[in-house]
Amino acid sequence: MRRPGDGGVPAPLLVPAVLAVAFLVLPLVGLVVRAPWSDLGSRLVEPAVGQALRLSLVAATLATLLSLVLGVPLAWVLARSRMPGRSVLRALVTVPLVLPPVVGGVALFLVLGRQGIVGSWLYETTGYALPFTTAAVVVAETFVAMPFLVISVEGALRAADARFEDAAATLGADRWTTFRRVTLPLVAPGIAAGAVLSWARALGEFGATITFAGNFPGTTQTMPLAVYLALQSDPEAAIVLSLVLLAVSLATLLLLRDRWLGRAVTT
Amino acid sequence: MTLDARLTVQRGGLTVAVELAVADGEVLAVLGPNGAGKSTVLRVLAGLLRPDAGRVVVDGDQLWDAAGVHVPAHRRSLGMVFQDHLLFPHLSATENVAFGLRARGMPRARARAAAAGWLDRVGLGDLGERRPGQLSGGQAQRAALARALVGDPRVLLLDEPLSSLDARTRLTVRAELHRHLAEYRGSAVLVTHDPVDAMALAGRVLVVEDGRIVQAGTPAEVARRPRTDYVARLVGLVLLPGTGSGTSVALEGGGTVAVAEEVTGPVFAVIRPESVALYLERPAGSPRNVWPLRLVSATPHGSVVRCDLAGEVPLTADVTATSFAELGLAPGAAVWASVKASEVAVHTR
Repeated sequence: MRRPGDGGVPAPLLVPAVLAVAFLVLPLVGLVVRAPWSDLGSRLVEPAVGQALRLSLVAATLATLLSLVLGVPLAWVLARSRMPGRSVLRALVTVPLVLPPVVGGVALFLVLGRQGIVGSWLYETTGYALPFTTAAVVVAETFVAMPFLVISVEGALRAADARFEDAAATLGADRWTTFRRVTLPLVAPGIAAGAVLSWARALGEFGATITFAGNFPGTTQTMPLAVYLALQSDPEAAIVLSLVLLAVSLATLLLLRDRWLGRAVTT
Repeated sequence: MTLDARLTVQRGGLTVAVELAVADGEVLAVLGPNGAGKSTVLRVLAGLLRPDAGRVVVDGDQLWDAAGVHVPAHRRSLGMVFQDHLLFPHLSATENVAFGLRARGMPRARARAAAAGWLDRVGLGDLGERRPGQLSGGQAQRAALARALVGDPRVLLLDEPLSSLDARTRLTVRAELHRHLAEYRGSAVLVTHDPVDAMALAGRVLVVEDGRIVQAGTPAEVARRPRTDYVARLVGLVLLPGTGSGTSVALEGGGTVAVAEEVTGPVFAVIRPESVALYLERPAGSPRNVWPLRLVSATPHGSVVRCDLAGEVPLTADVTATSFAELGLAPGAAVWASVKASEVAVHTR
């Protein structure tokens, strides 16, 4: 039903909606307005900025790849197998979604730290300690980001018509061939959307990283950690770093939105 | 080469218990209403669903039995056509048809050549590069048929292959399917709820209702002597094969049938039993379709009596119980049957 006249949004909905937009957008505007535009160039080329940015991008990308390699098969098991206890498994997998990241970091430390259940064994046999390394950053980010991928790929698998897999079976394709040649292409938009979500989540990861990997420039100090640290000593540097993160996030979103995210929504 | 199966499957509240055998080169139609368990039977034959009891044997090879033999779908030699084609949307028509050959290990170039050959045979030679989304319903179903047949499977399973098509496309695809089924050398099982499909395409019909076979036989036998009311309502049609010329069809069994439209070539004249009128004397006036026939049997169902009539043009007539009583007919009695030309439908075959 169309209501006459223009506008058409009732005030009880319009006012909160406008407030919500202001609430979401104003902080970003503030960031842009307060940026030290005059010496932005010289600040951007500071080696510390490049170092943190490079580490952030590399770690987030590796965490996304790790999430893909482990998370897509897990999503398939949750969506397609007839294994008993799948609902329990799904609940367990989604715990990191709601868990405060700091708690995740502590938990990782207790298991993979040098005194940890797995970590002590690793240290004794190989002399390798995971915490406070770049690998630890990747592990922390994967822990936090992978559930996003699993949830979105599982949703895509459930929405995809499983009868295509029946058709593939009648054509002589075993389940692995069917997965590679039929299922994966069918859910590719969902996987791409999940990967972007995971990557964005990993890029912004703070709590689990600082707890499990520490804050060492060059090895574990990612952009969010650098921002936090800079805010205490040099607020303008923090603004610059934040701007860089904002630009990277926006660029990724714009780049991928039309290609994959839009399709994932419409299919 | 034969398909031999006896199976029992519990699906929710429905118990499907069916026994069937299909010889080499034979087409068996499994006909029944929606929810009768027809597709369940097909899924068991394909190996996509495990029955609770029974056996599935193809050419003497045990594919499933209660003792634990289970050959999964992908290791069976079969082709399956689904109601809504289920062509893989991310692959071209050629890649779809080549899929089964590739999955079974044929090199890419040979698989694509074989696929192109089959697309030619189903009349899609120029459309191989198209995605399923760019094909019409009829074209997609033809490509699905090519995909099922390209590997020369021992068993061909057709699950309502025509029911997603519009009426006009359906006629042409049905005629093509008839041609391909005639050339097919393995065992074919066609599941359908449309009696015309069953009678036009199959040599033998199993009528399934509530998971059980209620009648089996050739299409003509089932139509002439329906064993239940349901079968009578479902398969009342008489299909008379013949050759059309002008507004008449010369029947293969002798005699002609006048029709309302101009027709040419091989056709079925289709007559519904309720459109056949019976008289003791030759009817007055000049209806174009009047034949002297003999009553073979009369089976009451519902408020009508189905009369099986033999003669130059074998027919089935449904007359009301009252008029049947007034005619005073007994098996063996001579009777005149007439059908209006406008009541005769014609399907190409």
